[in-house]
Amino acid sequence: MNKRHLYLLVLSLSAFGLGLFVYKAAVLQFPLVPQTQAELWNVEVHLTFFAKNKPVKASLALPRNTRRYAIVDENFISQGYGLTTVKDDENRRATWSIRNANGKQHLYYRATVRRVEVADLHTEPRMPDIAISPLLGAQLAAAQALLADIKEKSADATTMVAELFSRMKHPNADPNLQLLLAKDYSPENKLELATDILDLAKIPNRIVHGVRLAEFQRQATIVHWLQIFVKGEWKSHHPETGSPDIPSNYFTWWRGLQPLMDIDGGDKLAMTMTVAPNQEEAIQAAMYHTQLATPELLEFSLFSLPLEAQAVYRILLMVPLGALLLLVLRNVIGIKTFGTFMPILMALAFRETQLLWGVILFSFVVALGLGVRFYLEHLKLLLVPRLASLLIIVILLMAALSILSHKLGLDRGLSVALFPMVILTMTIERMCIVWEERGASESIQQGLGSLAVASLTYVAMTIPYMEHLLFVFPELLLLFLAGTLLMGRYSGFRLLELRRFKALTQ
Amino acid sequence: MFALSKALAKQGVLGLNHRNAGYTLWHNPRHLFPLVDDKLTTKQLAEAAGLAVPKLYGVIEIERQVRGLSNLLKPYDDFVIKPAQGSGGDGIVVITGRRSHRYRKASGHFVTQEGLDHHVSNILSGLYSLGGHPDKALIEYRVQFDPVFEAISFQGIPDIRIIIFLGVPVMAMVRLPTRMSDGKANLHQGAIGAGIDLATGRTLSGVWKNEIVTEHPDTEQSITGVQIPHWETLLHQSAQCYELTGLGYQGVDLVLDKTQGPLILELNARPGLNIQIANQAGLLPRLQMVEKESKNLIKLEDRLAFATRHFAASSNDPSEPRGQ
Repeated sequence: MNKRHLYLLVLSLSAFGLGLFVYKAAVLQFPLVPQTQAELWNVEVHLTFFAKNKPVKASLALPRNTRRYAIVDENFISQGYGLTTVKDDENRRATWSIRNANGKQHLYYRATVRRVEVADLHTEPRMPDIAISPLLGAQLAAAQALLADIKEKSADATTMVAELFSRMKHPNADPNLQLLLAKDYSPENKLELATDILDLAKIPNRIVHGVRLAEFQRQATIVHWLQIFVKGEWKSHHPETGSPDIPSNYFTWWRGLQPLMDIDGGDKLAMTMTVAPNQEEAIQAAMYHTQLATPELLEFSLFSLPLEAQAVYRILLMVPLGALLLLVLRNVIGIKTFGTFMPILMALAFRETQLLWGVILFSFVVALGLGVRFYLEHLKLLLVPRLASLLIIVILLMAALSILSHKLGLDRGLSVALFPMVILTMTIERMCIVWEERGASESIQQGLGSLAVASLTYVAMTIPYMEHLLFVFPELLLLFLAGTLLMGRYSGFRLLELRRFKALTQ
Repeated sequence: MFALSKALAKQGVLGLNHRNAGYTLWHNPRHLFPLVDDKLTTKQLAEAAGLAVPKLYGVIEIERQVRGLSNLLKPYDDFVIKPAQGSGGDGIVVITGRRSHRYRKASGHFVTQEGLDHHVSNILSGLYSLGGHPDKALIEYRVQFDPVFEAISFQGIPDIRIIIFLGVPVMAMVRLPTRMSDGKANLHQGAIGAGIDLATGRTLSGVWKNEIVTEHPDTEQSITGVQIPHWETLLHQSAQCYELTGLGYQGVDLVLDKTQGPLILELNARPGLNIQIANQAGLLPRLQMVEKESKNLIKLEDRLAFATRHFAASSNDPSEPRGQ
């Protein structure tokens, strides 16, 4: 009787989920496969600051049409604020203002840009004015010495810039550079110095800031590069590589030395920039159909959320897939893991570190942590203080690994910071206890089991096709739910149990 | 793989998923679990019902009491310390004697007062309890085992596990400590499990680390055909645990003391499945037989009679007709 109840529930869940899926796919024509090359991008800037019961003026640099990208749509979300946009020949700036505001404030700017393939705009760029270098005194002398040296070793303006950037990579090797940079080796400072030196050499130049439109980025970083004006056109130089080429997926946001954003009358100004491939045209079309047929469906869909939240759900919706896999590995195969959901949390961390690095870093932290834990055993500490000290040690180990790998130039090692440290601590503690009570082999076996399950879960949770499918058709989760409910009454043998009971069949 | 699965299913072997989905989740209501999860409660319950248990020397409940441990232990030369909510025998320390300021463990190793104190505070902080809850440490009488087991156990105390389903004993085994198990009667720590014929109380062959054995690996004595003394009483006592706790599917652990006879050590609401390997038989047909007849199995005598009639060693033959 009870089983029939379960079957009915499973049946109705799957019928509903599958029905909605088929309706959306067949009638509304939501695409089943992701488009390979996204041509439309959504870029969203979210500004936050604290106002102090005073008039506030906040400004933000805005992008404009470039040779490679055209802005097809843009909007501002700012409740109660007045908005003006100003345009000069280089940049556009939006200024939000309000007479009186208090507390945390949120301002949004959202743009949709399209990749355009126009090779040349018809307007001929005019010869820019050459700025006067602001360097004075000792700095001027150092800059002139450096410039003379670089000129000696280059043929034209392009190779000169390349030489300058290659020297800036190792600023300690050149005393002049050391003086000019004044110990601030940030990319921004290097770029600023480069413009000063090029001004001195009478080469027209400008700094360009932009974002890379290549993949989903929840927190996109602004990249900076340099352009010089030679033979009637602007040439880009990448400050890291020095090469006179900028990948075509860099979208120019603003130019010059102005900051991206500015605030007057508030403080703690912060910004997150989200870059997302726009729902492809296929989805746009499907959404249009939906708008006509069943507008409620769209009103309450994930597409109605802000981009930042959509980005979170893209990841969250993959967790059930990991859970389902974990369920199969534990209850049908019979693999033992430390902690029920520990492998899923590790798999989420692997998203940031990539699999190989994730496995290496995990093994490192756990092995070192186990060593420390065995030492702590001698001190005979009580449980909670022992766990707390282990947690502190795990964090120290993570920091040490980050610093060490950064020094070695392995920047992937930095991502160890994203490991769930509480889970790591509990894993180390449990491994140690199992080690003491059931022996090393059992402990290592369970540790490797957990790692294997985490890796498999990671692989499953990063299938781009599944990501697309679950985001466009979240009703498929009802099928997952039905599956897990059904598994809840699975009473067959676990695969590894067969080996255990093998002696019984002889 | 499928052939193996089929062969095991034909034998009526109960898997972990099936045990959980079909028996423990079904017949063991969660609100009864505290009765068996806390050994102190079980002990008090059993004593009230007139069942024999090892005498309790003392209970340590809070960290402050650990300082008084050496005083509490003063009158006793040998004793057992165990976590009240431990599982699978973890955290149990058996002390067999003293030498000056040190205690001798069953394995022959010595432990200092400080080591013992630390062990007790580990128990209190919940290291061995299910879910890591704060726990109590029980100090109780160390069982002097019956000489019948002298030849077939290595240090430690052998214990007897009987599975009681709806008040009917359905399967039994004796767990014999080995050198590997550090004197503990736990299969996963390397003890031997030997099946017992429910009708006669004689041991069948044994299992050691998932392997069938007929001799004890340390003493090299045969472990089959050993008559367990007081078998009737053992069955009687264990079957009464059904009324004691109300759990439909439980494992009863007993020991045979040289002078006091059978004593109940603990009850288990999720008993392990290795007993099937020790008995070379699956649990499923027996459980199904009991389920089918459960209406007629109310009185204790009827239940015991049913067990001895149907679950004798000869009925392990798979050709025997099975219950539906």
